Order: sequence, then C-alpha cells, then structure tokens
Amino acid sequence: MNGRRLFAVLIKEFRQMRRDRVTLAMIVGIPIMQLVLFGYAINLNLRNLPAAIADQSNTSASRQQVMDMLATGVIEPVVSAETPEQLLALLRRGEISVGVAIPYDYERRLALGQEAIQIMVDGSDTVVQSAAAQLAQVPIGEPPPENDTRLPDRQSSIPLPQSPVSIVSFYNPQRVSAINIVPGLIGIILTMTMVMFTAVAIVRERERGNMELLIATPVSSAELMIGKILPYGLIGLIQTSLILLLGKLVFQVPIRGSLLDVYIAAILLILANLAMGLLISTRAQSQFQAMQMTFFVFLPSILLSGFMFPFDGMPHAAQWLAELLPLTHFIRLVRGVMLRGADILELWPDVLALLVFIVLMMTFAILRFRKRLD
Amino acid sequence: MGPTIVKNEIAIRARGLSKHFGSLKAVDDVDLTVHRSQVYGFLGPNGSGKSTSIRMLCGLLTPTAGEIEVLGLTIPEQAEALRQHIGYMTQQFSLFADLTVRENLEFLAAVQNLPSKKARLRVDELLEEYHFEGRAGQLAGTMSGGQKQRLALAGAVIHKPELLFLDEPTSAVDPESRRDFWEKLFELTEAGTTILVSTHYMDEAERCHRLAILDRGRLVADGSPAELTGTLDGRTLLVETEMQYRAKQLLVKVPGVISAAQIGNSLRVLVDSDRDCQRHIEAALSAGGVGAEVRPITPSLEDVFVAVTHQQSNAESPQEEPEA
Repeated sequence: MNGRRLFAVLIKEFRQMRRDRVTLAMIVGIPIMQLVLFGYAINLNLRNLPAAIADQSNTSASRQQVMDMLATGVIEPVVSAETPEQLLALLRRGEISVGVAIPYDYERRLALGQEAIQIMVDGSDTVVQSAAAQLAQVPIGEPPPENDTRLPDRQSSIPLPQSPVSIVSFYNPQRVSAINIVPGLIGIILTMTMVMFTAVAIVRERERGNMELLIATPVSSAELMIGKILPYGLIGLIQTSLILLLGKLVFQVPIRGSLLDVYIAAILLILANLAMGLLISTRAQSQFQAMQMTFFVFLPSILLSGFMFPFDGMPHAAQWLAELLPLTHFIRLVRGVMLRGADILELWPDVLALLVFIVLMMTFAILRFRKRLD
Repeated sequence: MGPTIVKNEIAIRARGLSKHFGSLKAVDDVDLTVHRSQVYGFLGPNGSGKSTSIRMLCGLLTPTAGEIEVLGLTIPEQAEALRQHIGYMTQQFSLFADLTVRENLEFLAAVQNLPSKKARLRVDELLEEYHFEGRAGQLAGTMSGGQKQRLALAGAVIHKPELLFLDEPTSAVDPESRRDFWEKLFELTEAGTTILVSTHYMDEAERCHRLAILDRGRLVADGSPAELTGTLDGRTLLVETEMQYRAKQLLVKVPGVISAAQIGNSLRVLVDSDRDCQRHIEAALSAGGVGAEVRPITPSLEDVFVAVTHQQSNAESPQEEPEA
C-alpha cells in the first residue's frame, strides 16, 4: 500500500464524482424522495377514501353519527346511496372504497347495545382495510369530545360493527408511523445506493477500458479498492446525516440513544454494502448486470430485514436468510439506538454479525479482483 | 523493490507463446525476439492475435503455454516488477474521459510513483511536448481522435518507460495525426525506448525497424521490411490494361498466380515462385483478347502479407479437413 498512489486514486474519484451530475443528484435526491414518500404516503392513506353513506334511519342521531365519521377525514362521500344493496354494487364497481350503512332501527339497536352500523370495505386493498379500521373507532352514539374526534376513547366505543369484510390489522398505519420508518429508511437507502454505486463504478471503468490501463500500472488492487470505497463511504455518511436531519425537522423523529452510536451503526452498514458492491463488481460483466445483481440483494433486504414486516412473524427459513443480510442487523441496531435509547454495545451480536460480513465480503472481493484480464 | 533489470540487447524474448480461449487458438506457438531501441511492429488483420500477444507480453493475460522474458523478467510471474518499466497504450482510448488533460496526467504520474515535485515538472513538460498548452483544462472525452491518441501516448511515457506497448494506436486517427504520432515514436526510440506497436496499416508497418506478420494466431513471417519484401523479388508484376475486370478473371486461372488485386487502372499480380510466370500471363491475356502490358514491380509489404497468409492457408487446409 502506497499513500501517494492511494491519494491519487481518491482525488481522481472525487474529481469524477464532482462532474457526474446524475450521481450527485441521486445522492441527495434518493434520500429526500424516499423520506417524503414513506413519511407522507402513510398519512395520505387515511384521507379522502371515496365513500357512500346509506342512512336509512335518517334521524338526528344517525345524521350526527355521519357527521362525526366525515369529520375524521378518512372518508369522503362521492355518490349517494339509499340501501346497503346499492352500496355493495358501488363497491363492486370500484366507485367507492368504503360504504357506510345505517339501518332503520339504528337508535333501537344502539339502545340495546347491538351492532348499529355496518361499514363495508373494499377488502382487495389491505391499506384501505386498515384505514377503515380507524373509522370504526369513531365512538358511536355519544358526542365525541369537541377538540379531537380522531382519538378514540375506548371506554365509550361499543364493539366493531359486523362488516362483510373482516378488518385485519395487517399493516396498521396507526402503529407504523414515520418515527418507526425513518431509522429503517437510513438502512434501506444505504443498501440501495451504496451497493449500486460501487458495483457500477468499477464495472464502468472496466467497460470503458480504464481498468486495463490501471492494471498495467504499479497501482495495487488494495489501493484501487480502498480508493473507490472511501469516497462512496463519505457519501453514505452524508446521506445518513440528511435523513437524520430531515427526520428530525419534518417528522420529529427522536434519537434517544447516542448520535455517535447511530453513526457507528451506519458506518458498519456502509462498509458492508460497499464490500458487497465490490464483490458484485468482480462478477458483473456490464453495468446492467451490476444493477440486476444489486436488485437481487436489495429486494430480499427490503422484504426480510424487518423494515416492512415484523421479523418474528416470518417463517424460520426466511429468518435464517434475513440473518445473512446486513440490513437486518442494521435495522435492529438503529431502532435499538434511536427509538429505545439502547447503547450499541448492548446490541453486540448485531455489531459482530456486521463486522464478520464486512471482513468476509472484503476478503472475497480482493481475492477475486486480479490485476489480470483473464 | 523487485528484481533488478538486466541490461542486455534484447528487450523481449518469447518462445512457444500460445493462448487458447476454449477451442479458439488466439495465439498459437509464437516465437519472438525484440531488440532494444527499436520499433517492432505486429502486422495482421483483426483477430490475428496482436492484442492478445501484447497483453500476454505485458503480463495482463496468462499464456496457455510458452515462455516470456521481458526486460530480463520472467512473465507473468514477475509482471508486477515489470509494470513500472513499461508503458501500455490500449487499443481503445482508456484514459478518463471525465478528467481534464492535466488531471489525467497528474493521476498517471502519481500512480507511476513519480514524487510530487517531479510529477508536476513532468506533466508540464509533456503538456508542452505533446502540444496541449492551451488544452490542459479540457476534458479528455471532448477531444478529437488524434488529440486523444497524443494524450494517451503522453500518459504512457510519463514515467519514461524502457519499453512501450502500443496496441493499434492510430486506428482512429487521420493520416496527418498518424504521421505526427510516428514522429513521436521515433523521437522516443532515439532516446533509447523500445517500442512494440501493432497495426493493420501497411504504411505504418513499413516504418518499423522489424516486424512480425501475424495471421490467425500464428507468426507467419518476421524480419525487417526490406528482408521481407526481398523474399518476393521477381514475384510481383504489374498488369496495365483497359479491361481490368476481364483481365483479372483470366489471371486467376493462370497456374502460379496467387492473387490479382486491382489498383486504380492496373492490376497488381503476385505469383507463386520465380517460374516464368510473366510469359504465361501474357499468353493467357492475349488468348483472352485482352490487350495488356506486363512488367515486374518492386514488392510491397502488402504483397508479403498476401503471400505469407496464402502459404499459411495452403499449409493448413489439409490438416483442418479431418477436424471438420
């Protein structure tokens, strides 16, 4: 390893990066875009679902109940209907997502403590289902507190009305909030960008013939690899900071543990992903192949890491597979540190797993990278 | 530091050099000797094994068989020690298109272990020597073919290597730039550099001190251009006629005629050996009703090329039949 040569490779990378506008835009654009998408899409889910209300009772009490439901903002009446049958037809045709049926004997059922309202939900969309679940928690029969109609008061609400489609709390937006998303999002973005950037950057040099020139010079494999990794690692840290900052400013995401621990976890994930990108680059023949291989890693990472679905709910085989993915360990670390205020050393098994992953990947990558063309 | 370089007269020596890619014999049993301070040419069509040979000689490809000694080092085992003594210019422009002229040279200087102060002087020197004074800040990717070649050459000689490998350096360059480029090469050999250059241009091959003709992986002839053309003395004829097409049809049927190529208003004919072909040709032409004047002409490298590749395919065809 020669310091001057390594420095030359670093300078070269930074100069090239500075001129690569698209990559620069992605470095900043991807985190912002994802943060906004993940952060706001969840809130949007709860608003303005197309609905129809068939109020057959048409009493002051039932009208009051309808007003309360509308006040939640979850549903928005788009067509009028008179009978539950009409609601079903509208639902089937996809004109509405939610139908609210209030029977003739609404007040009598209320008095008897029976199910008084039926909410029909388009069950083909699980997100609509879960949104409607919130609707069902609007207290029935009693005027809700004036200041907040959306906070359900469990004592006063009566059991859920029977609905033609059962409402399953599958991906409950009330539980998965931006606060829960943002820490994991750091991992998602780092996995997506770091693996791809390094893999593509090296394959691109091979495609353009730069690599043939480089390997005919005294520069060593380690200098080339480290010279590639460091600038992208820096980018990873910039992205991490950007998400943390935006998460704090826009969604008030807390960092209950130490900020240093968050960065340590991020650095571990960045190194793991860069090493994986290097390994991919030694296999891929073209930039397109490098992208495909990246997605091969990225998709299981998103689905199995516990970012989207709870880890414990997955079958054992999927859990074992997930243990092999660096993102799984990072998500445990970052949620532990940011949300539960844990010390990173308390979470040592995941730190160890990431370290082992980095060492293995890096070793494979350097072993596979030859200063030869064959 | 690696092993010391033995100073002797021979820069490259290869014996039985072969490279197979699966069933394809890209380079097949090539023997090669290149003396110092010479321009040694590889002449051959595309796919004749020029690039593969060069890559093996500079240690980028591992030969399937054969021994290589470059500047006294055994290749590929001592390839790493060789790297600082050679310059390599790839066929495709391989400097960084998104770096400026100066940045490219600065990078290469550092990678070739030039100390910073020396590097700065050397970069300035090359910028002037290779006429990049006003263009030091221009991105390499935006330059013309000739400028790119010049820059690539400047990059390849930045550490003043003893040996330069140039893989079809002028394939994408206009004639004037090619001439300038060759001037530079001779300046370098004058200063003691050995140059191995591959080309498919006959006029470039003629400029080399020595050259090897490669055909389908085999070395079919080598020597100085004069030696090579000398072997064809009396075997090249010029047929001047008004009816070139008809004459050509008649000529290829004459025994002993290897090829007849139309050059403007005349035909250039290559014949088998010094049998009295001229008379046969004249007879055949007049019998066919074609008025023509036939006279001997000085052989060119192109004739040599046609002659040796013809021999090669004749020698090969009986062996190949059982395989097919």
